[in-house]
Amino acid sequence: MRICLLFVVGIVFSVDAVAQKFTAEKTYVKFFSDAAIEDITAENTKASSIYNEATGDVVFSVPIKEFEFEKSLMKEHFNEKYMESEQYPKATFQGKISGYQSATSGEQKATATGKMTIHGVDQNVTLNGSMENVKGAPKMKAKFMIKLADYKIKIPQLLWKNIAEEVEVTVEFNFKPL
Amino acid sequence: MNKFFTLAFLLLATIGANAQDDLMKELEKNQKPETNYVSQTFRGTRIINGQSVETKGKGELEFIFSHRFGRINTGAYNLFGLDGNDGINVRLGLEYGISDRLSVAIGRSSVFKDYDAYFRYKLVNQSSGTKNFPVTITAIATVVYRGFPNAADASQASIPLPSTGDRMGYVVEVPIARKFSSKFSAQVTPVFVHRNAVDKNYENNDDYAVGVAARYKVTRSLSLIGEYYSRMNAHANTPYYNSAGLGFDIETGGHVFQVVFTNSLGLNSRTVITETGGDLNKGDVRFGFNITRTFQLTKRKQ
Repeated sequence: MRICLLFVVGIVFSVDAVAQKFTAEKTYVKFFSDAAIEDITAENTKASSIYNEATGDVVFSVPIKEFEFEKSLMKEHFNEKYMESEQYPKATFQGKISGYQSATSGEQKATATGKMTIHGVDQNVTLNGSMENVKGAPKMKAKFMIKLADYKIKIPQLLWKNIAEEVEVTVEFNFKPL
Repeated sequence: MNKFFTLAFLLLATIGANAQDDLMKELEKNQKPETNYVSQTFRGTRIINGQSVETKGKGELEFIFSHRFGRINTGAYNLFGLDGNDGINVRLGLEYGISDRLSVAIGRSSVFKDYDAYFRYKLVNQSSGTKNFPVTITAIATVVYRGFPNAADASQASIPLPSTGDRMGYVVEVPIARKFSSKFSAQVTPVFVHRNAVDKNYENNDDYAVGVAARYKVTRSLSLIGEYYSRMNAHANTPYYNSAGLGFDIETGGHVFQVVFTNSLGLNSRTVITETGGDLNKGDVRFGFNITRTFQLTKRKQ
């Protein structure tokens, strides 16, 4: 009887623990490079993520080859020359989110602190964004700048090249229970 | 009871305290296996004189300007061929990507006033992952119309004016290429050339050839390129030679500059494969370049 009770409790607990984990259902990652000659925008909807609401732990993975550009050549150069995506196929972030209360309704400010890996280079970063509890699952939004030099992404030295030294990254992730 | 409870709680706590690394592993585990398609096996649609497996992206229009100067061994007085005393060749070409796999192109070379038109279709793309395929294969079919001679040229040279049919040549090429690493790519190309009118004393109507080509990326923007076409059934009295070329390409933004040294004057597959006049043993090498500029005509959106 006791054991039985324990089992029930155990199962209830573990179900609870599982329910606290969320996986990204809809993802959107955009970057925007604002340069004198040509603005470059690329969008990616193939990212993935898992968020553990109980601990605040979160991981993101963005496949580099899935960034879509207006021009085919831009995509080829992005992969071949700048991101070297055959060697570094993914950009990832793993860290912890603080400031989010799932019980509170409406949009709240939240901060993610952790390790960003792009082009095979790790950087410790703090990203500010917002989160909202939408029907029991979180929605995350953030906009931040990435300095290409921090990730050893080389910009051609020719002056007339159309690439900014910093790009603006916008992310939007809608989660569902895992 | 208490002991059990504590134990159970501890167990659950360990599960709950998933490290981020484990979370990342979980994320990777849940990801569907993908197919990675190889791109940029070569920089451009040409390697030196011949075609590569590359196709244009959908909605891309490529303008190709190719130039071959005179033979370098004509000496310093002719600025090593730049004066073009023994013929120069200029080809202006346009190639358009109907889809990422299918392109159409037209071009005109000044030598023999050749008009060429071709389409290229990428049959398979080298890939790894769920769908594994070791090479990229493209099929290219070219028609060449020889504009030379017109009536005035013919009467001046006292040669009969060729009929339209006699001016035609056809080429089918199937380049097969593999990108071995981000630095090294190689290609083998079976070629079939048919010319309606030839001088049977030293030419064939049907010619078969095999091309080999490679590129090695030295820096992000600079690659070494090489190419050789071997004729399989060259006529016993052929005055022509196998086409060979070496060079490098520099890629900047929407441009590809290819600087080449070759024994071919021709700039379409017909003339390159069957009508290359330069004898490498005599040092009949020409300097030349191909410049491409790509314009995106239609926007790509998901």
